[in-house]
Amino acid sequence: MSVFEGLRFRRVSSPIHKLDPRVKFVYVCTAFVVAVMFNELIPLLILFFIQIPFILTARVQREWIRSMKGASLLALIIFVTNLVSRYLYTGHVWSVPLVEYSLGMTFRFIVLVESFSIFFLTTSPDHLSLALEQSHVPYELCFAFTTAVRFVPVLAEEAQTIMDAQRARGLELDRGNFIKRVKNYIPILIPLIVNSIRRSLQLAEAMESRAWGASKKRTNLYILKLRGGDFGIILFSLLTLSIAIYAKRYILIPSIFAFLPI
Amino acid sequence: MIEVKDVHFTYPTGVKALREICLAVQDGEFVAIMGQNGAGKTTLVKHFNGLLKPTEGEVFIDGVNTRNLSIANLSRKVGFVFQNADYQLFCETVEEEIAFALRNFGFDEKTIKKRVTWALNLLDLMQYRKTSPFMLSGGERKRVALASILAWDPEVIILDEPTIGQDYHQKERLRQFIVQLNTQGKTVIMVTHDIEFVADCSPRVILMSQGKIVAEGVAEEILTNVNLLAQASILPPQITQIFLNLKDLGLPSKVINVHEGKKILLNFLGAPA
Repeated sequence: MSVFEGLRFRRVSSPIHKLDPRVKFVYVCTAFVVAVMFNELIPLLILFFIQIPFILTARVQREWIRSMKGASLLALIIFVTNLVSRYLYTGHVWSVPLVEYSLGMTFRFIVLVESFSIFFLTTSPDHLSLALEQSHVPYELCFAFTTAVRFVPVLAEEAQTIMDAQRARGLELDRGNFIKRVKNYIPILIPLIVNSIRRSLQLAEAMESRAWGASKKRTNLYILKLRGGDFGIILFSLLTLSIAIYAKRYILIPSIFAFLPI
Repeated sequence: MIEVKDVHFTYPTGVKALREICLAVQDGEFVAIMGQNGAGKTTLVKHFNGLLKPTEGEVFIDGVNTRNLSIANLSRKVGFVFQNADYQLFCETVEEEIAFALRNFGFDEKTIKKRVTWALNLLDLMQYRKTSPFMLSGGERKRVALASILAWDPEVIILDEPTIGQDYHQKERLRQFIVQLNTQGKTVIMVTHDIEFVADCSPRVILMSQGKIVAEGVAEEILTNVNLLAQASILPPQITQIFLNLKDLGLPSKVINVHEGKKILLNFLGAPA
């Protein structure tokens, strides 16, 4: 559940928290695009380290590390899968580029988790909703989206309680072979899904009774406005993107092992 | 027997939930753990079947440290009925729901059948044997959850907030049932806010506040001690409040039972009891 822990927003005041959520979203999209553009390890590593200052300025390193720990198992799976499939595909030879390629793929995933984690750790759900709304996304969609984000931690907590309840009835989650282990999760998933559906119906009723959607034209107490720092981030994102495109087109990206004494 | 020795517990989020807990629950005892929200009641009882392991200190169940046993192993001895039945029901029929734990504990099919029938009868659920637990009412679901725990006949039964969302009639039935379990020699530990319910059951009371045990003793002593209760943000039972206000008439103040209170009052007024 620690992956979700890394997505949970905590109210802290920092320059990154104060940034316009739309701008942060542009930045996440840039990171996403650049990460998908490259297969090679070096640009992905650069992309990984370039984001560390943001985490430190936002003072969310503890939560961030927790979410990275949560993602580490998946990262490992990605690494092994890539390694094995490449090995089988390229004719059963273990080679340095093989490892580098797999590492690159793993880092692509890590970079994605990293940037999303920064975004969610430093953006309150309210701000997120505000940003969507003021980007002219229909309010129903904004609401659905923020509700989904808002309920992730609730769901994670509930999953933990359900696991406890079933363990207290003698369920051993990590016992048996692979198929058995997957089956072990049925007693967790069914109550989780049933409760979620129940809660969504309750939420709908609660909202109707508070006259949700009664007025077509909504007004906001807060209006988002771009400020100095926001333009800085936009500039930074554009710069990163253009450098990435340039590098992709005109520069032959060297292997990291060209720099390592192997 | 459950022994808790100098237990501290801190959640991974950094919340200190338990501090210096020392406690012993004898076999066959009836204990109520009380305290305000966030006092650490549920956290404490989760240590009894190994769902949580202490950050510092030790918990022993029948002399064995909980660190050395799996949750499944401990649960065989210590049955934990969760507050919300919806967190555990998932089978297609009530019968299957009750059999689930028995299968996990490795009972043979014949015994499972016998135990399921026994548990269904015990909680008056026989007519729902083939019904989906999701079709039942809240109170019935709670009974199914209780039956699914009692089916394997654990020596210790932990009930987390058993009275929440139950009407008076159901509460009274639950009380009789719990008392009956206790007279049959089961250790019963219940976590609750419901002071009237505790007063009716008259167990040993453990009062918690901010992760610490602030008082423990027989219900008559604890539930009539206004200062202690205030510390744990609890009001005394209504009957006790009456008798505390009648103290200047020379009436006893340590009354928690309505019938006993009635007797004392009738005696005082000189009417035939």
